[in-house]
Amino acid sequence: MKFLFHFGRYLSLLRLAFQRPEKQSIYFRQIMVEMENLGLASVGIVAIISVFMGAVLAIQMAFNIDTPLIPSYTIGFVTRQSVELEFAPTIISLILAGKVGSRIASEIGTMRVTEQIDALEIMGINPATFLILPKIVASMIINPFLIMMSMLLAVGGGWLAGIFTGLFPSSEYIYGIQSFFHMYDIFYALTKTIVFAFIIASVSAYNGYYTKGGALEVGEASTNGVVYSSIAIIFMNLILTQILLA
Amino acid sequence: MIEGRNISKSFGDRLVLENVSVSMEKGQTNLIIGQSGMGKTVLLKCLVGLLEADHGKVFYDDREFSKMSFNEMKEIRQEIGMLFQGGALFDSLTVEENVMFPITMFTKQTPQEKLERANFCLSRVNLQNVNKLYPSELSGGMKKRVAIARAISMNPRYLFCDEPNSGLDPQTAHLIDELIKEITIEYNMTTVVVTHDMNSVLEIGEKIYFLYQGKLWWEGTKDNILYTENPELQAFVFTSELTKRLRPVKGVGG
Repeated sequence: MKFLFHFGRYLSLLRLAFQRPEKQSIYFRQIMVEMENLGLASVGIVAIISVFMGAVLAIQMAFNIDTPLIPSYTIGFVTRQSVELEFAPTIISLILAGKVGSRIASEIGTMRVTEQIDALEIMGINPATFLILPKIVASMIINPFLIMMSMLLAVGGGWLAGIFTGLFPSSEYIYGIQSFFHMYDIFYALTKTIVFAFIIASVSAYNGYYTKGGALEVGEASTNGVVYSSIAIIFMNLILTQILLA
Repeated sequence: MIEGRNISKSFGDRLVLENVSVSMEKGQTNLIIGQSGMGKTVLLKCLVGLLEADHGKVFYDDREFSKMSFNEMKEIRQEIGMLFQGGALFDSLTVEENVMFPITMFTKQTPQEKLERANFCLSRVNLQNVNKLYPSELSGGMKKRVAIARAISMNPRYLFCDEPNSGLDPQTAHLIDELIKEITIEYNMTTVVVTHDMNSVLEIGEKIYFLYQGKLWWEGTKDNILYTENPELQAFVFTSELTKRLRPVKGVGG
């Protein structure tokens, strides 16, 4: 019952958020600001995690494919496939749910408890549209770029791991990452990314928007934003994989 | 004029407002007073539409606010200025941007015109050289004054103030009271102030509504509040040593 209550309220908040903005130029500017806050500010963490993720993946592959029956270019191929299909879109989205989701929930939650949302409403501005819509749109635009960057850096990380450890030859790895490439895999990964971006922004915003109380409740909203968006991502990951790859 | 008729509001099983009717006069500062938890802020939020009353109607100059659609409500809200208890300034915007915010959202003024209006409003509340500061860099009193500047930036017809003096020193509180009184007269606004500060009551209370246990217990003016025979109001008014000294001797005055 509680789930149905929250889900219904989440849908009505989305209906409110997707209303015609009061002044479109202001919203356009807000989207730009949010792209910087939510996207560009995450470039560093995404880059670091991606490089190390790719490196670890490649090293693990090298240790596990320790037989002459499997060609060593498989390491590059499997690393690329893993990164492209799952690690970049899903794991990085989960990390973004932590970083960006908590930011969104705590920002909106603080605005709620300090009556800034009431102030917007009193002015005749739809607070859901003003606060949530730019965050959703910005996330859906910027996250695919972050994920593509993550894919490149992770594959690059794997290559660096090979060079520094000497576990596999660089030329074989490069051959592997070029092998059996399907454009559809990128489409699949980016479709997932866009859906996850929507989930991160909207679920976190929902948790912040209905915060009641003070600092403790803002913290709780922030935690709930991360937890629920992560669960929703994992759940949608299964559904989208079934729909797009089955 | 703002009129609230038979407003009732409950949260779960708890009845917070019961059949409260108020009539806020134009060009006056109308006060809603009472102890904490008596429903003052809930009444204010029902009047301004931040809370939906369970029963009752709200009228803004004979326009029934409680029946309006979202878009009709938006039009009236552009005629409303509100000063929140904590100021409710937008943290991410500077003082100047905060004051310009409603103008930016609802007018087509040039940046220069907006800036001039913001500077005028800030000077009206006696604030200079703070344009580029952020709310976190301001004192409590300054935040309240910026909030007043923002509230009057669109020349509102109705001004709502929720505990404008809370957390302020007596001098700043007096300054805020004076400011509210002045701009009410200057813009001929209908001003509604929620307070439990007796200094405010005696300074600016042209019309006073006393709420007790969610009901309208007493109404009058600052001139006759001291002569009240209502025991609950007496207990509220004559709490401090200072106000006890103002208590009229029986048979004298009022």
